[in-house]
Amino acid sequence: MSMFNAVVAVLLIPAASAAILALISSYRLSSLLNVLASLLTLLFALWLFVQPPEPTDYFLVDDLNIVFIVLNTFVGFTTSVFSATYIAHEIETGRLTPVYLRFYHAMYQAMMFGMNLALVANNIGLMWVAIELATLATILMVGIYRTHQALEAAWKYFILGSVGIAFALFGTILVYVAAQPVVGEGLPGMIWTVLNQRVAEFDPALLNVAFIFLLLGYGTKVGLAPLHAWLPDAHAEGPTPISAVLSGLLLNVALYAVLRFKVLLAANAHAIAPGPLMITLGLVSLIFAAFMLYRRRDIKRMFAYSSIEHMGIIVFAFGMGGPIANFAALLQMTMHSLTKSAIFFAVGHIAQAKGTQQIADIRGLTETHPILGWGLVLGVVAIAGLPPLGIFMSEFLVVSSTFSREPLLAVALAAGLLVAFGALMLRLNSLAFGEPVGSRAPVQASYVPMFAHLALVFGAGLYLPPALVVWFQHVASILG
Amino acid sequence: MQGLAFDIAHLLAGSLVLVSFMMIYQDRLPALINVFALHAILLSASVTWQANIQNMPELYLTAMIALVFKAFVIPISLRRMIVQMGIHREIENVVGIGVTMLAGIALVALSMVVMLRITAMADPLAREDLAFALSVLLLGLLMMVTRRNAVGQVIGFMSLENGLILAATGAKGMPLVVEISVAFSILIAFIVIGIFLFRIRERFDSVDVHALDRFRGEQP
Repeated sequence: MSMFNAVVAVLLIPAASAAILALISSYRLSSLLNVLASLLTLLFALWLFVQPPEPTDYFLVDDLNIVFIVLNTFVGFTTSVFSATYIAHEIETGRLTPVYLRFYHAMYQAMMFGMNLALVANNIGLMWVAIELATLATILMVGIYRTHQALEAAWKYFILGSVGIAFALFGTILVYVAAQPVVGEGLPGMIWTVLNQRVAEFDPALLNVAFIFLLLGYGTKVGLAPLHAWLPDAHAEGPTPISAVLSGLLLNVALYAVLRFKVLLAANAHAIAPGPLMITLGLVSLIFAAFMLYRRRDIKRMFAYSSIEHMGIIVFAFGMGGPIANFAALLQMTMHSLTKSAIFFAVGHIAQAKGTQQIADIRGLTETHPILGWGLVLGVVAIAGLPPLGIFMSEFLVVSSTFSREPLLAVALAAGLLVAFGALMLRLNSLAFGEPVGSRAPVQASYVPMFAHLALVFGAGLYLPPALVVWFQHVASILG
Repeated sequence: MQGLAFDIAHLLAGSLVLVSFMMIYQDRLPALINVFALHAILLSASVTWQANIQNMPELYLTAMIALVFKAFVIPISLRRMIVQMGIHREIENVVGIGVTMLAGIALVALSMVVMLRITAMADPLAREDLAFALSVLLLGLLMMVTRRNAVGQVIGFMSLENGLILAATGAKGMPLVVEISVAFSILIAFIVIGIFLFRIRERFDSVDVHALDRFRGEQP
């Protein structure tokens, strides 16, 4: 079987299942199909890993994006398992009607299609279209409950997301304008592999302005600080599986776009260094989000701010560059995706069990719902960066590599991390160990996805397989 | 002939900027929608001219899409929508017109300075087009910021997209994939907007975005 087919499969399976799922009204059948489709996509993504195909004019699978593709399809699959139980509860309580359910599953796969397409695209235009598609799908999902809050969140997401999309497209056009005199008119001026080879001859001034638009545009999607306003609302008001996918995947896809353009710009000696811009945005996001964590009253909103914080760290580390910081950033990104989605799996069931998302009304979880409660404890301990879990290692690497190069920046970074750590521990204490409040009724929950993610994060903290280390080191060297 | 071709392209792109300014000071929705239709017609004319001088027949399609959807279908449905919602007589403006116009002038000056300086090496036509396109984009953004009515924001967004299409067509030989998808995404965006407006009306009896602010999820 030729490898090109695996790329097509990674795209075609979600696209076809989106169409099929739109027609199925039985929620048992459609959630089962959703899981199966996600599993198949994951298998084909792994197949890509085994034997990467040759790049074509439209598709490219290389050592950098394969990491993103596998992570994307893996979390997509586990979230679909979680989603099946979550949705069953939503149907029972009547928050979602069968019509909306069809829509929900179709949009889930449409979003997976958009994200996979963005990751395998070898064309800056196609990538833009794909990210836009994934964003539109998530906007619709965020508004699916149709409450006041959900509509406000979706509207805000739509407006800010559109501005981001517009900036990113303008940047994309500028890259083409810069490439056109060198590589000629038409398609070649948008192909990553061509751009990467010839970028040294491009007009640096155009590239500079293009990168600023692209960083702001895709940075809006990453949730970087001045442009983050949509993110907490979208996380808090949409269905929880969508919060998990937003934090775990969509932010990464936008980050991937930024990284690609960063590598492009770094290859042109006369263009500005993209690093300092990313460092600034990352650090601002981290510190801002760390302080905002203290004032949250809504549990999903709190973890959304934690996502902004982590994306800040990751963008900061990629901005620092160099083998160690890039390695740490890749590891942090992987660990954050796994941990944050595990946390949202727990939070989704907790909110269903307690019937609220207000932190004040959720207390003593380890007593009322021990498995969920301890799952949340593990997840928060991991996300706060305590040893021996995976995020501790990556954060340690980020801080120590920064310290050896820019001690002052490292101080700011460490301060941000500590502030965020304090906020998370403070909240965790009341959530997990306070005097029990609210319903004690057991809830139908799927624990497997949550503990599978946590086990991976825990395992990675203790022992990283040498093959993975070598792989990440290799990718880190590509990123420069 | 080359000179004339350039001048006409320049004229059309320049008038788009002018019409963007006209949109900024419309304080009544029906008038705003009319001006937006004019904006779309000018965009369509500009894209048609580019198709002609660049010898790119596929751009005619982009021009057609702009004309049919943005100059007719969307304004007509928006007009129907605001009449249904009974907001077609309302007058609204958050920031004073004078201030907004000054800000708009500053934005145009900014985009001229930035784009003309960095595109010194590029094709002169693409150069002027990009400068105008960035102006239209920033003016659209300004409009989205100064309007509090959801319909006004949507029109601001669509005028911003017009600027993007102007930029895409000005970049010589940019593959068709992108243009169609741009047009297509506008369509999708409009459907999204339609759904949202419908829901918002249903839930709030108003499309004033300030009404949304009251329902901040943060407040207990």
